[in-house]
Amino acid sequence: MGKQAVTRERVAGRPKLLVPQTAGFIYCPGCHEPLTARIVAEVLEEMEMGDKAIGVFDIGCNSFLLGMLNIDTVLTPHGRPPDMATAIKRVHPDTLVFTMQGDGGLLSIGADPLLGALTRAEKITIIMQNNAVYGTTGGQMAPTSLVGQKTTTTPQGRDVTQFGFPTHAAEMIATFRGVAYSARGAVNNPYNYERCREYIKTAFQKQVNNAGLSFVEIICACPTNWHMSPEDSLKWIEEKMLAEFPLGEFKNVGRIE
Amino acid sequence: MGERMFIEGNVAIGWGAVSAGCQAFFGYPITPQNEITEWFAREFPKMGRVFVQSQSELGSINMLYGAAAAGVRAMTSTSSPGWSLMQETMSDMANAELPCVIVNVQRGGPGGGPIRHAQQDYIQCTRGGGHGDYRNIVLAPASAQECCDLVQLAFYLADKYRNPVVVLSDAIIGRLRETIEVEKSEFGPLPDKDWAVRGKGKHKDGRRRIVEHSGDLFGRYPSYRALLQRLDQKIKQMQESELRYEAYRIEDVSIVLVAYGYTARVAKEAVNMARAEGIKAGLIRLITAWPFPHKIIRDKAYHGCKFLVVEDSLGQVVEDVRCAVEGRAEVQLVSILDRHIPTDGGMILPDKVFGRIKEINKGEIGVCHG
Repeated sequence: MGKQAVTRERVAGRPKLLVPQTAGFIYCPGCHEPLTARIVAEVLEEMEMGDKAIGVFDIGCNSFLLGMLNIDTVLTPHGRPPDMATAIKRVHPDTLVFTMQGDGGLLSIGADPLLGALTRAEKITIIMQNNAVYGTTGGQMAPTSLVGQKTTTTPQGRDVTQFGFPTHAAEMIATFRGVAYSARGAVNNPYNYERCREYIKTAFQKQVNNAGLSFVEIICACPTNWHMSPEDSLKWIEEKMLAEFPLGEFKNVGRIE
Repeated sequence: MGERMFIEGNVAIGWGAVSAGCQAFFGYPITPQNEITEWFAREFPKMGRVFVQSQSELGSINMLYGAAAAGVRAMTSTSSPGWSLMQETMSDMANAELPCVIVNVQRGGPGGGPIRHAQQDYIQCTRGGGHGDYRNIVLAPASAQECCDLVQLAFYLADKYRNPVVVLSDAIIGRLRETIEVEKSEFGPLPDKDWAVRGKGKHKDGRRRIVEHSGDLFGRYPSYRALLQRLDQKIKQMQESELRYEAYRIEDVSIVLVAYGYTARVAKEAVNMARAEGIKAGLIRLITAWPFPHKIIRDKAYHGCKFLVVEDSLGQVVEDVRCAVEGRAEVQLVSILDRHIPTDGGMILPDKVFGRIKEINKGEIGVCHG
């Protein structure tokens, strides 16, 4: 994956909204989260929305993305980005407000603000990175961990009789009437990266159109906590993650009703 | 002359917030503060201001974080269990240095407790409430008029110190209907909120703004120690400059009552009853529950005064008074156990307090053997 990221930078250039990481790169080798920030930077530039964008970031690995994007940003207590985004969007309706948060941060501790924002049909965009573990804290089970997946809190593998089944965020969110857009993308190869980029762009456009809440889930590799090489992680995404979490758009409407 | 209204304390909080230029309110139903949330739901949309009924008190406080980060005056209100729920974010806002106002209309506890009046959140409010080292200024209204006035002061102090400010009311003050005058208070100029997020294009320098609650991770402070030094400095400045209390008949006093909120009204009545019989009683009424008036209490203790704390709890303010007298005076307490009836409708009444004043005056209890 490292190779492909370099290739992209050579071909497409570096988005101006990405802050150069002069003090060294903070993410683990093969991590996909920086790619999700790159997509956001590319799309904001293309839409010329960098001056109007406000990013709301959760506690977790993605909190470091906050420093990488050259836009106004807010760091929230764990799980609370949809609450912050709600208030910021209501107070400054002319801005583009999006959250970036992990699977645990949105679906576990953050289920209350997520459900609140979905119910109120907030005109915000929620971006969730799904890497099937808690990354920052060392690889514990997340709501999205696969059946049988070994994590530090499921050393024998996720047992469905004890811990149930993976949560399908994009499908679940698509069922809410206040949602205008819900999709799941991945960045494990250039084709999926481009598709995911379109999803993010569509999601932002829904907010600009004041259509309703928009959501994009992005399947991400976490080689460190999966205990795999970056290359094996790509294979695992292809074979296991995408089998459980199919890519695509689950809702796309012009306006909610 | 402001507009005169006959309203309850909870509603007076709304008019105070409007006068202060509050732009956003976030609330969740909980008794006995529902009148506040309902008032904002009714009035704010008419004024083109933001009202959101949140999905929980966690939602309210985190929306408040968002609105404060976005640079507008905003508030929430709740009652004791909801106040407990809010504490993680209170701590985060103290770190992030976000100005905002939180109203706690206290009810009984611990736990679910009764939904009626009590004053059991004093320690939780005056010690910050959440994890880590920080303090909030805590303003304690004792009338509907003060609900209106202190909310305005709260917004000013929040902006002045870039720190959350708590208005600590209770169910009796909240539901007490009195004639008040709604007048906009002027406190002086404040610096621009240049640090707030509005979208990069809105900033004069065109540079991004980051609002975060780590302190040193994104360069707001050069180190963790630098953050702590700033918070320490802020705490000391607030203690030095923002102490407020009402000294009632304490010039020639020998028995000093200490109270806040509804029990301060009760204590004042008891002082008047005592004075009518020639007993030199007086009252120090806390207007700021934090900062606390240590110095005046210490001075009175060193001059031989005796102390009687009146509070509708098992004894929380009394701990601060005992600390302030530095062992020089005996400190008595009229507590929640002294209510006139044992049910949750019981109240501390002036007769009870007056009786204790008379006992102390006769030297039957509270004799100082120092």
